[in-house]
Amino acid sequence: MGVSPFQTVGPYFDIFLRRRVPLVMVTSETPGQRIAIDGVLYDGAGTVIPDGLVEIWQADAEGRYAHPEDPRGASADPTFYGYGWRHTDAAGAFHFDTIKPGPIALPGGDPQAPHIMVSVMARGILTRFITRLYFDDEAANARDAVLQLVPEARRHTLIARTTSPGVYQFDVRLQGSDETAFFDA
Amino acid sequence: MAEDISIKPGPYRRVPPGVHPPADPAYRSTVLRHPKEPLIVIPQTLSELTGPVFPYDRIGPLDHDLTRQHAGQPIGERMILEGHVRDEDGRPVPDTLVEIWQANASGRYAHKIDAHDAPLDPNFSGAGRTVTDSEGWYRFVTIVPGHYPWGNHYNAWRPNHIHFSLFGPSFLTRLVTQMYFPGDPLQPIDPIFNSIPDPEARQRLIAAFDIGLTSPDWALGFRWDIILRGRNATPMEK
Ligand SMILES: [Fe+2]
Repeated sequence: MGVSPFQTVGPYFDIFLRRRVPLVMVTSETPGQRIAIDGVLYDGAGTVIPDGLVEIWQADAEGRYAHPEDPRGASADPTFYGYGWRHTDAAGAFHFDTIKPGPIALPGGDPQAPHIMVSVMARGILTRFITRLYFDDEAANARDAVLQLVPEARRHTLIARTTSPGVYQFDVRLQGSDETAFFDA
Repeated sequence: MAEDISIKPGPYRRVPPGVHPPADPAYRSTVLRHPKEPLIVIPQTLSELTGPVFPYDRIGPLDHDLTRQHAGQPIGERMILEGHVRDEDGRPVPDTLVEIWQANASGRYAHKIDAHDAPLDPNFSGAGRTVTDSEGWYRFVTIVPGHYPWGNHYNAWRPNHIHFSLFGPSFLTRLVTQMYFPGDPLQPIDPIFNSIPDPEARQRLIAAFDIGLTSPDWALGFRWDIILRGRNATPMEK
């Protein structure tokens, strides 16, 4: 039985997002280091994309996913779910208030460096593109098995840059000399 | 033969070429928005094999019925839309969030950037959500959306469609797509529908009229099944 094909999210997806409850990823009870992620989504002409859907998925501060596939999932932080979504604004920007995830287990290997899964859709994108956000202040990046699969010259496109304590900048470029490295998983 | 207990789900199968659309210049907006570099193949770790699995207490009792979200009834042909969400092996996908959005009967979206000169309907917002039941079924009540023009090329019109968003059990099963209607004459000339290279895969996005799903004297019935990525079974080492 063949998989149903993707089609573009188009320009009007705010209609379904409006029906969701407003996004709140962390509460005052959530353990972990509070962080903010700021980013801008750019097209191949360097123009900002004001109609993009940016989604993230991440583990809690101890590196546990709230999901049955994670052997530690049942004990994942009950005050933190790990899913976020944003419609980019008129300046192509997106913003998430969250916590820094812990290192993620990799059976048979070094733990993965803290990272956040990122999915990008937009009008003009017929499917979705996935990548990962890593942090510029994590020494474990040097041993991260997935990050090492990215050619060295492009690795910086996945590394969020500290702009002030706890605030990271993560721009996504769909094309161009600094095109973000996207994955096939 | 080993019992089920010795079988552990393996990685998700890769989607064969031809199913998901590549960049397609016929849909002009893709030209600057699809990456030029090849995708980097990565293994499926815990980060890919997990994913958002929504709590259901946020789903309102009328979220699935787009005809009853306002004081009055929307204009248009009422329709019941039902379908089965399965994986590639035919296994049902239960308890997964299904969200839809669509134009009203005159082909206008309730969205500030839709400038199509067709009337808005104060009784139609065009968004619905539900969760598949324990056997993978979903059901919406809505109206048939209208055709609408778009600026892709001279005299471009979209075939009737309803936008769908699904999650499935992992980050990798996420699907955002569009459901089309049978017999729509705009399908053969629509760049978005035809961006799917495999013609057989394209047909998977077309719902079927189903007289058994109609509600006599009240609503038409359409059935549309959705297939998400499935996993290989990996025998566990003893
Ligand atoms: Fe549409």
